[in-house]
Amino acid sequence: MAIKEIPTEECYMPGSAACPGCPATMALRIVFKAIGKKMMMIVPACCTAVIESMHPNTSFNIPTMNIAFEAAAAGASGVEAGLRKQGKDDITVVAWAGDGGTYDIGIQALSGALERNTNFIYICYNNQIYSNTGIQRSGATPYAAWTTTTVGGKTEYRKEMGEIIQAHHIPYAAQACISYPEDLYKKIRKAKQMKGPKYIEIMAPCPPGWRFGMERTVEMGTLSVETGAWALYEFENDEIKFNGISKLLLEEKIKPKPIEDWIKLQGRFRHLFIPKKDVKKLQEIQDHTNQIWERYRKCYL
Amino acid sequence: MNNIMIDTGNYIAAKAAVMAQPEVVAAYPITPQTTLVEGIANYHETGEFKGEYICVESEHSAMAACIGASATGVRTFTGTSSHGLLLMHEMLHWAALARLPVIMCNINRVVGPGWNIWADENDSISQRDTGWIQFYCSSNQEIFDTIIQSFKLGEDKKVSLPVMINYNAFILSHTSMPVYIPNQKEVDDFLPKRKPVWNLDVNNPITFGNMILPPEYERVRKEMQDSQENAKKLIKDISKEWKNKFGRYHGDLLEYYKCEDSDYILLSMGAIGAESKVAINNLRKKGIKIGLARVRTFRPFPKEEILKISKNSDLIIIDRNISIGMEGALFSEVKASLFGKSDSKVYGFIAGLGGKDVTFQDIEKMCEKVINGKANNMEWYGIEGV
Amino acid sequence: MKKYKVKTTISYPKKGATGKTGNWRVFRPILDKEKCVKCLRCWIFCPEATVIRNKDNSIDIDYDYCKGCGICANVCKIKAITMKRESMDK
Repeated sequence: MAIKEIPTEECYMPGSAACPGCPATMALRIVFKAIGKKMMMIVPACCTAVIESMHPNTSFNIPTMNIAFEAAAAGASGVEAGLRKQGKDDITVVAWAGDGGTYDIGIQALSGALERNTNFIYICYNNQIYSNTGIQRSGATPYAAWTTTTVGGKTEYRKEMGEIIQAHHIPYAAQACISYPEDLYKKIRKAKQMKGPKYIEIMAPCPPGWRFGMERTVEMGTLSVETGAWALYEFENDEIKFNGISKLLLEEKIKPKPIEDWIKLQGRFRHLFIPKKDVKKLQEIQDHTNQIWERYRKCYL
Repeated sequence: MNNIMIDTGNYIAAKAAVMAQPEVVAAYPITPQTTLVEGIANYHETGEFKGEYICVESEHSAMAACIGASATGVRTFTGTSSHGLLLMHEMLHWAALARLPVIMCNINRVVGPGWNIWADENDSISQRDTGWIQFYCSSNQEIFDTIIQSFKLGEDKKVSLPVMINYNAFILSHTSMPVYIPNQKEVDDFLPKRKPVWNLDVNNPITFGNMILPPEYERVRKEMQDSQENAKKLIKDISKEWKNKFGRYHGDLLEYYKCEDSDYILLSMGAIGAESKVAINNLRKKGIKIGLARVRTFRPFPKEEILKISKNSDLIIIDRNISIGMEGALFSEVKASLFGKSDSKVYGFIAGLGGKDVTFQDIEKMCEKVINGKANNMEWYGIEGV
Repeated sequence: MKKYKVKTTISYPKKGATGKTGNWRVFRPILDKEKCVKCLRCWIFCPEATVIRNKDNSIDIDYDYCKGCGICANVCKIKAITMKRESMDK
């Protein structure tokens, strides 16, 4: 599809409290366009709780309910049941959470809602850190990345949330990235048509969190996919289909860009380059990325 | 026509919850609440309960799901106990600040460690500042009646707060008693459909719960306090209405028993409140002018009523809880209610923690110790050899 | 909009809910309408919804709220948008 096929209607209103260059609002605009006004959104503690702006105003033109950090999926289960019991089944219920609220504190409620077959779309915008609280490490933070709680660089690799989700065998799950809006739009449209639990995770490069210039958000997302740091795929009927560049990478039709191309542009990895290039660690990261893709090929090709 | 159902407190609570016809119940099992949610699950299977029963994966999620459902405008119910209630704590605040009238039974149980499933009120007492209205029941009939009344109370626009109906583990939750059950039409006539004071609506796209500045937040808190004050009058009205309709009355904020000419008034809650009546009868037989004011609502706290009864009587308080580092919670609240306005003496006992039995003989002993002038300001009954 | 009387944190949609965020801007995106090929990349990637898409897919910029992040200029493949420093005397 072409960009111009995406509807013009906006449910995100300009002049919010989001940082300039924010990937979350970029993704939210697409979500609102893909689902339309017949939706309700449940938001746990995350950047979006701030982006909404201050009471008595809000920057969202759809019904939105804030809920506690670990409770997005459970709150959504309640909203969905409440609507269904009133015969309002035409409303799409969306839980919209960050990676902290998804990978870490909210994983229990999320797993529960998926297992209970809650009819909703759970969207995780993954900026790989606790951004809202000021850049702390999360389960989604990549190896070696600086955060305020991994001052010397993170010593562990990130979780593969996508594979945890797959273990729930839900009707639809997908990974997307803010840099590919048509792909994201299509995935949300698809999820909207389906019954049962749907999970979509959006790679969302955060300028202040990753320490890059606010004009480079899209570029940083593109590079995450081109280097294989992030994969675009859909999971449907227990089958995985990689999309776009990720598909070409999986099938080895193109070579991934070196992971260094992505990380050297991010201040959170600066300690790998200054004062001296840490060749060993960079190789370690590259090897780990290669291993992930080898495993993808074994499992999904 | 009234039917009599002979069953345990939990099954009676399940019956009451189902007759209130909530659209959504979300609950997680915990001893000794399990038979309550099993009861609802059974009614769901038989079709008597037509709402949605969400089997969540934790109590935190149970309350979150009730909040979500309640925010769409429907009636919600849940039940828990002890550690389940403690896990909910964050969401208890959320429900109250959101002004969502979630109705919940809490079966008062000991807090661990060590694991102990018997009666103790520290679980709900430690939730007293969450903004929830708290009832303490002393019989299965009172459980049934209070649940139905609580929906009416919590959902009233002058209140709009969640309500917790507390009753003691096993002493009530697992003890069968005969209970009068009104028919569905009578319940429906008494309890109209919920009219939410706000709700999530695609035609009115509000955002609930975003950032709020200090002055506005303070106003939100003030209105919660005002609503608790409104609840005091409403609890009285609803109890009266119930009495006129069904002929049963358990008191309102307090239940007074032989208080009129009393030199001493005993204040207690929950199952000890029921046992206290036997003790009062026995003490009266011995010629002691003593009455009972059983505290039904811990929040809102009946401070005006307690001040009134203190005018001619000294007060004896039994707490099945302890605010560690201070004293029994009811004891503290009673003294605060009297401060600067009453010369009455107030004596506090801690009794029955960890599920220890508190019999009418025990209660008589506590009262006699006060009457004989041998009681200290605060006593641990049964530890220090009363 | 229906306004609810109850005092809790209920908020209503408003453009500029955080004020005129155009004041945040240090660099101002300038669109060369001659160069623009109406690909709409600036429109879809704008995080603030301040790139306005007209009926004919031409573009305008809402300077009242544009935060000046520069994403529009960065994603424009034909460099029809340039970032100019806001003048100090404005």
